[in-house]
Amino acid sequence: MRLLIAFISGALFGAGLLLSGMTDTQKVQGWLDIFGAWDPTLAFVMGGAILPMLVAWRMTKTRQPLTGGTFPAPARPKLDRGLILGSILFGAGWGLVGLCPGPAMAALSYGGTSSAVFLVAMAAGMRLAPGLRAQLDRAANPA
Amino acid sequence: MNPDWIWGLCGGILIGCGAALYLLGNGRIMGASGILGGLIDGPARREKLVFVLGLIGMPLIMSRLMSEQPQTHLTENLGLLVVAGLLVGIGTRLANGCTSGHGVCGISRFSLRGIVATLIYIAAGAVVLALFRHGLGVI
Repeated sequence: MRLLIAFISGALFGAGLLLSGMTDTQKVQGWLDIFGAWDPTLAFVMGGAILPMLVAWRMTKTRQPLTGGTFPAPARPKLDRGLILGSILFGAGWGLVGLCPGPAMAALSYGGTSSAVFLVAMAAGMRLAPGLRAQLDRAANPA
Repeated sequence: MNPDWIWGLCGGILIGCGAALYLLGNGRIMGASGILGGLIDGPARREKLVFVLGLIGMPLIMSRLMSEQPQTHLTENLGLLVVAGLLVGIGTRLANGCTSGHGVCGISRFSLRGIVATLIYIAAGAVVLALFRHGLGVI
């Protein structure tokens, strides 16, 4: 059951990314291009995606997950260096080519070699991240 | 009138339904970077693998059924792709989330971390794009 739900969720996510135009890097970079031909589509995608989630988060207050277990605990309202530095690095890469992790996977089947190269580099970056995080922590709290 | 925003809104609602199903069904936050990162090292790998199969497979099937192949307009500059991929991979793991986790799931929960992360990565993306497109003219 958990696997079926995960598959359908992924399929809905992929369908939404394709239909909304978010696997088209021109539209994503258009959203970020405030000094050029600005494209507001991404705001509609984000707004549309937030609507069902507003209802879903509300429902988590009174029930349990369908397949058992518990809902994720509220995140600590803490802004740390990892969040800030990580978001800057992510945004920089996103601006450069117009792909973030979801669309990078969704576009794999029709994005050609370029999208495969991006995905491999992104996965490599994800592997490097824990080591960098440890270094960041050491720099912040020298023993 | 450009109908792109209608497609954006409808596609966005589908994305939100996927996120809502994953949350209410499996009790998990639908974050693309967390799911892909967790595939490499983390718990519930089978579930994440199946999610990724749906995420890659559905657009594959849809693109085959469409009269025109969807365009990604992705750069073919290998150096740029590798640098950007590394930045996105490292950044999303350091920040523990990307556009789906912090953006869609975080903002809808009024999470301070999600809202701040989203503002920062959009600002960083806009600055980098302005610099490289309008400043240096390379992208």
